[in-house]
Amino acid sequence: MDLLAFARGPGMQWATAIFVAGVLWRLVGVALLRRKPDLSAPRVAAKWKGLRLIVLRSWPRKEFLGGTAFTEVMGYVFHIGFLVALFFYLPHVLFFADVAQGLLGVTFKGVFGVAWPTLPGGIIYFASAVSVAALIAVLVHRLVNPVKRLISNFDDYFSWFVTIAPIATGMAAYSHIGAPYQTLLALHLLSVELLMVWFPFGKLMHAFTIFAARGSTGMLFERKGATL
Amino acid sequence: MSATAADEKHPLELEGARVSVKKPEVRYDVQGEMSEAERVARAMQNFVKDFGRTAAIYMESCIHCGMCAEACHFHHVSGDPRHTPIWKLEPFKQAYKREYGPFAWIYRTLNLKPKVTVAELAEWQELLYDTCTVCGRCSLICPMGIDIASLVSQARHGMFQAGLVPHELWAVAERGAREGSPLGATPKVFADRVAWLADDHEIDIPLDKPKADVVVTMSSIEIMKYPDSIVATARILNRLGVDWTFRTDGYEATNFGLLSGNTAWQKKMTMKLIDAAIAAGAKTVVLPECGHAYTALRWMGANMLGRPLPFEVQHIAEFLADNIRSGKLRLKKVAKSVTFHDPCQIVRRGGAVEAPRIVLEALGVELREMEPAKGLNWCCGGGGGVVTIHRADRLRYKVYQLKMEQIEKTGAELAVTTCANCRQTFDDGQAHFKSEREMGSLLELVAENLSDGE
Repeated sequence: MDLLAFARGPGMQWATAIFVAGVLWRLVGVALLRRKPDLSAPRVAAKWKGLRLIVLRSWPRKEFLGGTAFTEVMGYVFHIGFLVALFFYLPHVLFFADVAQGLLGVTFKGVFGVAWPTLPGGIIYFASAVSVAALIAVLVHRLVNPVKRLISNFDDYFSWFVTIAPIATGMAAYSHIGAPYQTLLALHLLSVELLMVWFPFGKLMHAFTIFAARGSTGMLFERKGATL
Repeated sequence: MSATAADEKHPLELEGARVSVKKPEVRYDVQGEMSEAERVARAMQNFVKDFGRTAAIYMESCIHCGMCAEACHFHHVSGDPRHTPIWKLEPFKQAYKREYGPFAWIYRTLNLKPKVTVAELAEWQELLYDTCTVCGRCSLICPMGIDIASLVSQARHGMFQAGLVPHELWAVAERGAREGSPLGATPKVFADRVAWLADDHEIDIPLDKPKADVVVTMSSIEIMKYPDSIVATARILNRLGVDWTFRTDGYEATNFGLLSGNTAWQKKMTMKLIDAAIAAGAKTVVLPECGHAYTALRWMGANMLGRPLPFEVQHIAEFLADNIRSGKLRLKKVAKSVTFHDPCQIVRRGGAVEAPRIVLEALGVELREMEPAKGLNWCCGGGGGVVTIHRADRLRYKVYQLKMEQIEKTGAELAVTTCANCRQTFDDGQAHFKSEREMGSLLELVAENLSDGE
């Protein structure tokens, strides 16, 4: 079995299994803990059930913007670039369509009446390049900013690596730079699998926990009338 | 500890700008006799003891973005990265991952997170107690929505049981649990003060009425340092014609069990208030001008009791605002400009944002808000027990300067607040910097300006 066949076959299967099992284990492990009921009389009924904070905390208050703008802007830039490449590049969309067809027996068009949109390769390449640039910027910031440098650990650097690797290898595969296409594609797939394997164990899990954390605080604070 | 031993080892200092134990010549920042292993084990067990889903989800969510440093007044004035709020929890985060999280078995088996040591915990004592007022400003900036302040409180539970509480904070907390008040305001002292004040001011101050609609509480700082608050409270409640009383079995709202991290002592102090109010058949318990007292009873009291409280709990500013809104309390106009310092536990974390402003509006003052104000205010630097700790003074005074700059920028003639601990932090700061400006009490300002005389 060559590298590409491994990456497409057992590599992807194992990575998917570890990703799904790991994410479920971590989420269920926390979800099964008890949440003591808050017996205090609420100031106001928490009608938004935490949703307000989930939305509000997506951007810092103006009082905090000065010192956090770089981290916020770069964070948004690399996330958006990453997600654009992930969800709007034709080969990725075809892959997801295959998965949906295989698992659920449905197509996006069949459900929603329109095909999942895709973007031209050049735009995807540009978005990826911007994402890589932003990721390099946040790494440099992590290394030079005294606060970030102090609080960083292996998880921060390794999560950074497994995030930038699929984008960089994807760009290399798209532009056929550095090695035969088959090799580059295999490396791209393997880097995605590395990300999937690491995902449940490190801070990438914030993709899921962010909603629970913000929502929990939102509910607790809202009933007190505390500042969100 | 016996009363005599406590007085010898941790004598109180009640005459200065700050009321606490005297600056210790020899510090006792480690309490109890136990092995290092036991200390660490107790710290971690008690950190996770009340660990629910919410705290766990917080622990799983930090992305180490470091933004919380931007919100912290201690980091703001020191620039020291160790003062980053989430870093103050580092040993506990490490222990959570190793001992408690869903992948703890992997961390332990592969030793990916080393065991926390006593030396680390001792080093973190300063970060968890001296440089955190639990003001919760950091909780407003975290992009993950982590309530970092609540985790600091939880970490203090662990630190207390490990015997790693700063000398002064431990001493006042212990005195509070033993005598019923951290600053010597025992039931007898309180009763004597009430009798003296009633006599001196020729005012009726009901004490120990068996039944009353409203039970009023005080903080030890008010009893010992600002007794005029007791008179002001009596003037207002008498004017309103309320059926009220102080009770010697439940008057002390200060709760150093909460601040030091001893949940048993916290419960003991809280239950005194609850039991007294229930015995009096009270419909309302009025809390004094004290920030953490509001947290302890308003938001944590029912959880201590294990069922909803059978009475309403109001901070005095809320009580005043309600009576102003209903037209029962009418005030004379104060033709002055005023700036209001928002106590963190009452406003930012307690949600009583508008009540003090309703009172100030009724007083007809020109309110000059600080920038930022309300929930975003800068803390005075003395909350969370920090003002009691002498070794914390150097940095606390820098934090205080940050607050004073805010106040001076408003150009207001008067500065008032509605927390006695903030007031004494200001008094102490002003004494340190030899400055003239006073921080007044909203309650006392109201009592001085009742519309029709007494």
